[in-house]
Amino acid sequence: MTRPTTAHGAPAEDGGAVTAADPATDTPVAATGGRAWWRGAVGRTALVLLLAVLAVALAYWRSGSGVVVSQAVVTGILIGGVYGLVAMGLTLIFGVLDIVNFAHGAFLAVALYVTVEMTGRFGVHPYLALLVAVPVMFLLGAAVQRGILSFSIGQPLENQLLITLGLALLIDNLLLLVFGPNPRSVALPGDSGVEILGAVATVSRLLAFGVALVLAALLYLLLQRTRLGTAIRAVAANDTGAQLVGIDTRRIYMLTFAIGTACAGAAGVLVSPLVTIEPTTGELFNIIAFVVVVLGGMGNVVGALVGGLLIGLTEQLGALYLPGQSPLLAVFVVFVLVLFLRPQGLFGSKA
Amino acid sequence: MTLLEVESVSKSFRGLRAVDDVSFTVEEGSILGIIGPNGAGKTTLFNLVAGALPPDTGSVRLAGTDVTGAKPHRISHAGMARTFQLMKPFGSLSVLENVAVARMAAGASRRRAPAEAADVVDRVGLTRWRDARSEGLPTAGLKRLELARALASRPRVLLLDEVLAGLVPAERTPVMELLETLRRDDGITLVFVEHIMAAVMRLSDSVLVLDQGRVLTSGEPHQVTQDPRVIEAYLGEEPTVAGP
Repeated sequence: MTRPTTAHGAPAEDGGAVTAADPATDTPVAATGGRAWWRGAVGRTALVLLLAVLAVALAYWRSGSGVVVSQAVVTGILIGGVYGLVAMGLTLIFGVLDIVNFAHGAFLAVALYVTVEMTGRFGVHPYLALLVAVPVMFLLGAAVQRGILSFSIGQPLENQLLITLGLALLIDNLLLLVFGPNPRSVALPGDSGVEILGAVATVSRLLAFGVALVLAALLYLLLQRTRLGTAIRAVAANDTGAQLVGIDTRRIYMLTFAIGTACAGAAGVLVSPLVTIEPTTGELFNIIAFVVVVLGGMGNVVGALVGGLLIGLTEQLGALYLPGQSPLLAVFVVFVLVLFLRPQGLFGSKA
Repeated sequence: MTLLEVESVSKSFRGLRAVDDVSFTVEEGSILGIIGPNGAGKTTLFNLVAGALPPDTGSVRLAGTDVTGAKPHRISHAGMARTFQLMKPFGSLSVLENVAVARMAAGASRRRAPAEAADVVDRVGLTRWRDARSEGLPTAGLKRLELARALASRPRVLLLDEVLAGLVPAERTPVMELLETLRRDDGITLVFVEHIMAAVMRLSDSVLVLDQGRVLTSGEPHQVTQDPRVIEAYLGEEPTVAGP
């Protein structure tokens, strides 16, 4: 027993004293594990960027028109920011509550109709609806978590999955009942085109992208720099441990679900001038958000934003490769490839 | 003053009485060692006291307040902390963040928590590992982190579940010294489950022996270990007498 320890008895470097008593902690990663992960992430980012450049070059070669490609890239990145915001909410909920929330898109649809009503009835500027929709969605999320989902904690995953699926159907049909099946739209006053890199982007798209990025940054700061955020990350990492150090995990679950739902709400307001609004419009965003969450790594908030940009780009470039097909076709090709090659996602690690 | 009063708690799992009518009290500032063969119900008893499991019957009082079956976070706020035999760090967070989370949960502000957490990290001897991701720590480091996180809530009672298990003898001595200073300088009351008899003999003011969920006997350390019933209960067990 001549294992080296320092004068203060600090643990020796090799971790060789791991006994059979604790197999769960017998990780081969030493303290350098974080750095190695970081190096891997940088490598993967470079690879993804390379693929993106290749995809753009291929699109240019296929279409032979710089303007068309440039338009696709600009449109893709702008809408990708919004996809990222939707997916950040979804991935946060998954990371902390371990719930696959099928109702996320339906919540987004609720925010769409809040915007429709506020602009239609009161003539409010669509983006001012953020001030109402975000708090409303936050409260709705909190109520749904505390009133419905909290009873399924600790039950099999399928139960929670079916509950959120049922909730999605319920919300979709309530919207249909209240607002009818006719498509609605929201007009953004003074929406005009702005030229970027030879492409034309509307002010509404630019604003949606900008506000989505600001909200994403705020969410990131909330998670990294506040007491609540630290508690949320602690619960995501280990809820039993979090309870033991005195964190009220029930409260964290509720607030996290509320924050995630508010993200969907904010995204709903931001895209309202860009889409045709029907009770089922949220489903499209739901599908895309799931792909983005898997791409970015389940529970990884930054990964969700990057994944959102990539999927926005894929959707638009895919439409160039496969004209006349659904833009979702290329998205699902990427999705299947990621599931095959890197099922933990590009930046697979928890929030 | 009696700080912790456990009164005839019982817990059954599918008909198996894991803990059967166990009572004990702990005076403020004292150290109680709980020993017993494998499967005697030591960890279950800890779970009942710390709120991880509600007891079927019986009560737990902390400083006169009934905390029976209270949620773990409430018990933590009431002044009781515990460590786990299998460590449960917040793997993706750094060592300092792990402890800062516990400080904040105990009421420290976002601004003060890191400095206060750093003091605790220094105290348990993890200074060099402060910024490492906690999941990369070796066993000895995880044990210390578990202790640091429990201390961060500034408990009056600390429940330690096999805090020395998995450590080589050279690593045990500093941990035992740390536990002694916690009692001496901070006045923290300690209740610990331990297999290593040398540590039980050195640290405990009194010892409680569990066997098959019941209290076999209790008393002063040297008196208890010479009790024939205790020796009999341990027969067939690997005698764990290796010490530092």
